[in-house]
Amino acid sequence: MKERLSREAIAMRIAKELFDGAVVNLGIGIPTLVSSFVPEGMTVIYHTENGALGFGPVVTAEEMKEKADIDLVNASGQYVTPLPGMCFFHHADSFAMIRGGHIDITVLGVLEVSEKGDLANWMFPGRGVGNIGGGMDLAFNARKVIVATEHTTKDGKPKIVKACSVPLTAPECVDLIVTDVAVIEVKDQRLLLKELAPGWSVAEVQALTEPALTVSPDLKEIELL
Amino acid sequence: MNKVLQTFDEAVKDVPDGAVIMIGNFAGPGGTPFYLIQALRRQGARNLTIIANTAGGIGLTLDYDDHRVLFENKQVRKVIASFPFSTSASRPSAAEKQILSGEVELEILPQGTLAERIRAGGAGIAAFYTPTGVSTVIEKGKEVRVFDGRPCLLERALKADYAFVRAFKADSMGNLVYRGTQRQFNPIMATAARTTIAEVDEIVEAGELPPESVVTPGLFVQRIVEVKEDPGFPRNLKRSFQVRRG
Repeated sequence: MKERLSREAIAMRIAKELFDGAVVNLGIGIPTLVSSFVPEGMTVIYHTENGALGFGPVVTAEEMKEKADIDLVNASGQYVTPLPGMCFFHHADSFAMIRGGHIDITVLGVLEVSEKGDLANWMFPGRGVGNIGGGMDLAFNARKVIVATEHTTKDGKPKIVKACSVPLTAPECVDLIVTDVAVIEVKDQRLLLKELAPGWSVAEVQALTEPALTVSPDLKEIELL
Repeated sequence: MNKVLQTFDEAVKDVPDGAVIMIGNFAGPGGTPFYLIQALRRQGARNLTIIANTAGGIGLTLDYDDHRVLFENKQVRKVIASFPFSTSASRPSAAEKQILSGEVELEILPQGTLAERIRAGGAGIAAFYTPTGVSTVIEKGKEVRVFDGRPCLLERALKADYAFVRAFKADSMGNLVYRGTQRQFNPIMATAARTTIAEVDEIVEAGELPPESVVTPGLFVQRIVEVKEDPGFPRNLKRSFQVRRG
């Protein structure tokens, strides 16, 4: 088995997509890790659905007693820390920010993503039920939608598919797919393979991907820093 | 005019069977009107329609008695929510079992559509168009219309008979201020119900809240009840609650 990127490495690669002053909403899972890899000196403004902008890092286990506050949490219910310049607002304003196109980048997890950039991530696999939460609004309306995912399921099945087999979160919404073996841009309803994990070939990535990949003329190895 | 009531039981005593109730709620205990929910469980009104972000007991972080107790007590007929199911497959909530068995009807919505439908209900807007949900399960049964080349769904306003909201402080006029992320759905729900009942840490005299800081103007609030210290405050939460209060 070839070595794949860790969840942290996927997050590190996605952090390179951020820019100074970007307003960013991170989903649950690998996306949450992205905030740990923002370059020194860059200001990223985090948005959470439950009505806060510009808050600080998640409270660690050691800090819990000192800093945990049930009235300062993110959308995953984790305690976060205050930062100067932070602000609070109600849910309709929070989603005016999302639905009005004011969120620059959202990073979301995924069950399946199609070659057209359709995203499916709200149904629990195997349970027949699911939670939509704020993910659908983000997928439809954020300016840039990045998905963070392992390239295949635990059983080795492709997560990048010709057409999603589970209920959609949003059609044709994904801009960039960052996996543990490749970086793929969704462009004009095609998948453009732009970067490969160290040691991986185009053929090996294609073998784990259901739809045909178009290879970028600028194809290179993933750089994390 | 007196909006201040002494007990939560008194505040919910006229809730009839079949009432539509909005409940402020998000991922954790902050901003959830815990005591009003407990009072409604004791009061026992049935066949309720609950409008809230979750259907209670989602198990995301801390385990506590939110509105899942209303499902456990079989008081709910329908729930309108964006995040209705437990995040843990091994610990399904009461609502999940009742929804899957058909005992409780579920209307699931994108969270922004839920929030905006509530806002519209409070603002006298009958319905609105939004792109969120087009070509997904949300589209079913809804009018689709194209604006500026983008298909949108027609979504109707939501209103309620009662809103249970949690705030930090109220003055005797019913003006509310909130603490941190406690705000979430509470201010919009306060506008969309015929009777809004606020559960607050503290009630102060009119004039003590700076007018510029008021988030929910008092006209939206009909009843206010102050939380008295309760040693039974949300199960398993005592530590973080003490932390919060220094």
